[in-house]
Amino acid sequence: MANRVVITGMGIWSCIGTSLDEVRDALYQGKSGIIFSQERKDAGFRSALVGNVPKVDLKPYVPRNLRNFMPEEAMYGYIATKQALDNAGIDEDYLNTHEVGIIYGNDSVAEATMQSLDKFRQANSTVACGSGAIFQSMNSNITMNLACLFKLRGINLTASAACASGSQSIGLAALLISQGLQDCVICGGAEENNMYGIASFDGIQAFSIREDEPEKASRPFDASRDGLVPSGGGATVILESYEHAVKRGANIIAEIVSWGFSGNGDHISTPNVAGPARSLELCLRNGGIDPKQIGYINAHATSTVIGDRREAQAIAQLFGERTVPVTSTKSQTGHEMWMAGASEIIYSTLMMKNGFIAGNINFEKPDEETACINVLPETKETHFDMFLSNSFGFGGTNSTIIVKNV
Amino acid sequence: MTREEIIAEINAELAEEFEIDEATITPDAPIYQTLELDSLSLVDLIGIVQTKYGVLISKAELPTIKTFAQLYDYIEQHQK
Repeated sequence: MANRVVITGMGIWSCIGTSLDEVRDALYQGKSGIIFSQERKDAGFRSALVGNVPKVDLKPYVPRNLRNFMPEEAMYGYIATKQALDNAGIDEDYLNTHEVGIIYGNDSVAEATMQSLDKFRQANSTVACGSGAIFQSMNSNITMNLACLFKLRGINLTASAACASGSQSIGLAALLISQGLQDCVICGGAEENNMYGIASFDGIQAFSIREDEPEKASRPFDASRDGLVPSGGGATVILESYEHAVKRGANIIAEIVSWGFSGNGDHISTPNVAGPARSLELCLRNGGIDPKQIGYINAHATSTVIGDRREAQAIAQLFGERTVPVTSTKSQTGHEMWMAGASEIIYSTLMMKNGFIAGNINFEKPDEETACINVLPETKETHFDMFLSNSFGFGGTNSTIIVKNV
Repeated sequence: MTREEIIAEINAELAEEFEIDEATITPDAPIYQTLELDSLSLVDLIGIVQTKYGVLISKAELPTIKTFAQLYDYIEQHQK
């Protein structure tokens, strides 16, 4: 990358915490954010497991007429971004006098769309949809709302890449900054956590049905895993060029060293090994990084049988068998989907800055094909200066980011 | 519905939807300022009246409704 790209702010609203301190402690303690939802069971879900994400009350921050444009995911995106801007020391005056951009990951608008169309069909009138419906039901609702609320005048773009959306948004933002096209970009991902967003996902039987043990249901790489657990929330990171951050006296948290990506060109839901492996390879090559420099891998692994196997094999292909420590924080958070690529950069950065690797909870023993990687089952206090984070999505979209300590 | 019933119902609905103190809704109070309506949120007022009473306020008649009393009049006269 031509310009160095650094992280100067982070904000998070998730099922394991709604502040950086809470999340750091939850990661260290191996806390699970997964619960059983009777509401989902009663509604007809095969699996009623879900991340317990607190609702956001934006009344103190956003007036009714502007909140009216915001569905659940935009509210998560707003609160995470507010935290991240505070964390970065960027205030309203700064935003009003500088060109700050936003690239944010999102890939569903189910609840807002359903609610407005229900009103339309019930009343036989389009007016009944309400004035906020058109904005709420567009996939770019997060970037359109946040750009207006925070008065952003730079790039304004939503990245929709399934479960790699958050990661791709960070990669794209880093690319623009490295090329000198933007000095500062807000990026991240958010995911609606209501049942409508993932009802059809439940329908294809991709979720764990270990309902009697919610906290043990998400168990990436473990031999007895039986599917993912859906979750949501919002995660924001502030990226800047190194020069820009130094000039404004920002606290530099970490540096984005490289971004890699690839497409599988294969099945819509079943991943392969070659696609993820090329994403990893490109990321290492782009950054000029030797695999030995990577002290930790935050895996995409969602706790599905096939997906975890394919990722383990891709990692082993590039890093050798049972070398670098690997964990999936989805063991604690469930799968935060469009948010995951961003939240997992935050989780991993918190670990790197605080000298530990959060254990891959519920990992008891690997199966034949996940035994090729070094999964840490328990939290380990250790120092590392560089990590790699994977995010893969439906359609075979892969994204890999390497971050180093500063 | 009687006028009294309309007033009680629509005032409560508008106070909740537009997040204002119901006490500020008085017959002579200006609707636009009281509900802080803009060109978009005005649609929500029209939508509530249509959904609750089956009354669609026409674009031509909209400018004649400036106070809550005029809104009550309109609903009372057009309700089905």
